[in-house]
Amino acid sequence: MIPELGHFALILAFCLALAQAGFALTGAHWNRVAWMNVARPAAAGQFVFVALSFGCLAWAFLHNDFTVAYVAQNSNSALPAPYKVAAVWGAHEGSLLLWVLVQAIWTIAVCALSRSLPHRFAARVIGVLGLVSAGFMLFALATSNAFERLVPAAVEGRDLNPILQDPALAIHPPVLYTGYVGFSVAFAFAIAAMLEGHLDSAWARWTRPWTTGAWCFLTVGIALGSWWAYYELGWGGWWFWDAVENASFMPWLAGTALIHSLAVTEKRGLFKSWTLLLAITAFSLSLLGTFLVRSGVLISVHAFASDPARGKYILLFLGTTIGIALLLYAWRAPRLKSEAGFMPVSRETFLLANNVLLIVAMALILLGTLYPLFLDYFGLVKQSVGPPYFEFVFLIPMIPLVLLLGAGMHAAWKRADASELLRFVRVPLVLALIAAVAVPWLVYGRNTVLTAVGVLAAVWVMASAWLAPISRWRQKRRLDAVPRAVMGMSLAHFGLGVFILGVTIAKSFSVEQDIPLQRAQSAHAGAYEFVFQGVEPRKGPNYEATRGTIEVRHGEDMVTILHPEKRTYLVQRNPMTESDIDASLSRDLYVALGEDVGNNAWSVRVQYKPLVRLIWLGALLMACGGLVAVSDRRYRRATVVAPEAARSLAQEA
Amino acid sequence: MQRFMGVLRFLLPAAVFAVLLRFLYVGLSLHPDVIPSPFIGKPAPALSLPTLHDETRTLSSTQFAGRPWLLNVWATWCVACREEHATLVEIARSKAVPMYGLDWKDDRGTALALLAQHGDPYDAVAFDAEGRVAIDWGVYGAPETFLIDADGTVVCKQIGPLDMDTWRSKFLPLISGAKKGPCT
Repeated sequence: MIPELGHFALILAFCLALAQAGFALTGAHWNRVAWMNVARPAAAGQFVFVALSFGCLAWAFLHNDFTVAYVAQNSNSALPAPYKVAAVWGAHEGSLLLWVLVQAIWTIAVCALSRSLPHRFAARVIGVLGLVSAGFMLFALATSNAFERLVPAAVEGRDLNPILQDPALAIHPPVLYTGYVGFSVAFAFAIAAMLEGHLDSAWARWTRPWTTGAWCFLTVGIALGSWWAYYELGWGGWWFWDAVENASFMPWLAGTALIHSLAVTEKRGLFKSWTLLLAITAFSLSLLGTFLVRSGVLISVHAFASDPARGKYILLFLGTTIGIALLLYAWRAPRLKSEAGFMPVSRETFLLANNVLLIVAMALILLGTLYPLFLDYFGLVKQSVGPPYFEFVFLIPMIPLVLLLGAGMHAAWKRADASELLRFVRVPLVLALIAAVAVPWLVYGRNTVLTAVGVLAAVWVMASAWLAPISRWRQKRRLDAVPRAVMGMSLAHFGLGVFILGVTIAKSFSVEQDIPLQRAQSAHAGAYEFVFQGVEPRKGPNYEATRGTIEVRHGEDMVTILHPEKRTYLVQRNPMTESDIDASLSRDLYVALGEDVGNNAWSVRVQYKPLVRLIWLGALLMACGGLVAVSDRRYRRATVVAPEAARSLAQEA
Repeated sequence: MQRFMGVLRFLLPAAVFAVLLRFLYVGLSLHPDVIPSPFIGKPAPALSLPTLHDETRTLSSTQFAGRPWLLNVWATWCVACREEHATLVEIARSKAVPMYGLDWKDDRGTALALLAQHGDPYDAVAFDAEGRVAIDWGVYGAPETFLIDADGTVVCKQIGPLDMDTWRSKFLPLISGAKKGPCT
């Protein structure tokens, strides 16, 4: 009964989403206040029923209801309870339901926080969000019913894919989806602006916190996925340029570009049509990611079981939504006039460069990801491109981007004085040059060109990021003299520097050893000695494991004891590698157990990875920076300000 | 004219998007999992390559004639192959069928290190540095696994990582003779 209730609730939510979209959009078009007023209650109802539907599926998982096909395929009575909840989004059908739920939450948030916006504009935004929700719910109802019964019922479930039974991966999809779906808000704002036929600084100011918020979630989501891959896949890599990783990274790049272009639109009334196009692009890339993951056109570790009907539906949805948006763009964008010009040396120019480079990077990744498809289309030799391509083409736009960043964030709007700018950033510049030459050599004993460039970029950005808060603080000697927006920007850019430092040092100075070891034999990585102390069997709740013991020594000192495992999950019988890591800010010691190679010897992979933690720490700092910026005072102003007044206020900030 | 060009400029994103959609649509019908390999039911293409472990030795498909054998295309740069690797080790342990690897566009040292670390399921590995043989075999992307019967005919092909379920339902019946190929 409960699963049917869930299915029925989803149908009701779909109807409410249609009502939300229909009344809001037509009401806004003919200026009928009563119609527009339907939007918010309908959205609230939609949320209630989606939550109910999601709750019903979670209930079925927690109560081991194996009469539901989806539960039988993805759960097991021995599965620990937290993973039963995570198993709800462990495969296609349930993750789609999660997507719809996240969409409903964003919609509710927009409804609640958009009361100060002009009535028609808010109605259009909510209406567009309703259409997007309805599209996804129809997808779930038509092709991916999570509540389908299994006749006859299964006695026991097939268990959740062991690779997903992990805390980081359990929360990775919700966080990632919150980011993906969040871009639909920026998209809805863009469509609403195009329907109104005009766009001003106030529009950009309303859109910015939503975009930045979504971007923060996406950043954390990607970082979680990368961290998971690092310790769970057992290889010690943290990014594989896999099609699905790229699918989440491309919207991130477009979203990053959007955040920066919105800044220009808010402060200077420029880049208007470009900002609209980026808002559409960021959301289309989220949809494209969904398509790539769920249609099976590309082969990937993350791919869901694929079904051509699903692929066709998403493609149709993608085509309609984005097609209409882009046609609307072609119709309305030519009317948007820039309000001012800017000089070749100015903040605007730097941000333009930022946008161009980010989009170039995104396009090159898109090209690499879809390359097998293109070749297929032309009937050429089938092959796919690997990490060497991506690493190479990604560095080309990224190096100039980061070098420009350090100076660009201090350039004045409209017209900057190049020599004054150079004087302002001279301290970080000198610091970075010294660090690039000396630090790798002093700390790690050697240096290469690429390492030096990486350290240069990292220190340059990290140091330069704090110039603005420091100079503002010096003027007033008060901490609140630094606006949150500036603080957030500095923190996020500092995070980027931390990230670059982590990538550079981990890539340059990691030591890796694959070696068969017998008891009491040892391997070396860096200054550390890893002594193998044999293996013993261990039993988990739903798996059996072989657990190794490895003592780590640094000279005479005992550092730690690590226990990597090989697990066999009882239901699916797939062997899994559980690595063990001794983590600290300065280095990770990473141990994975390989195979029994006979003679009581096991192959063991030991790694010394300096500063690898900074990769995820940097990403978290970026996200924190975003959150600080979102909390800026000017976004919380309750009343509607006239565009002129808003512009002068914005320039002040 | 200039006005016309101005409008055209704003139509450009829509045009680019239309082209992309077209590719994705075709990609959908070229679904890598459902395309029957043109080689299924046909004689296996010849394979003659230096082995991974020893450059001077040659692995040639003529050596396998008379027995069914498995060819697994893999590479160290391929994440899905790493995913699949443990399954292969498990299959190799069952000794159901000789398994040969085709290491595709790879680095010899890295590949050897990987096998040393995670177990070597292969009876022998052919090293295809330029990917020529992979082209002959119509490889779309690693990993792919081919089953060749005793007469040298390709009877089954798996695109993407092999798991134990697929192994048991698709491959094992063909090897034990419970079913006749080609597989579906």
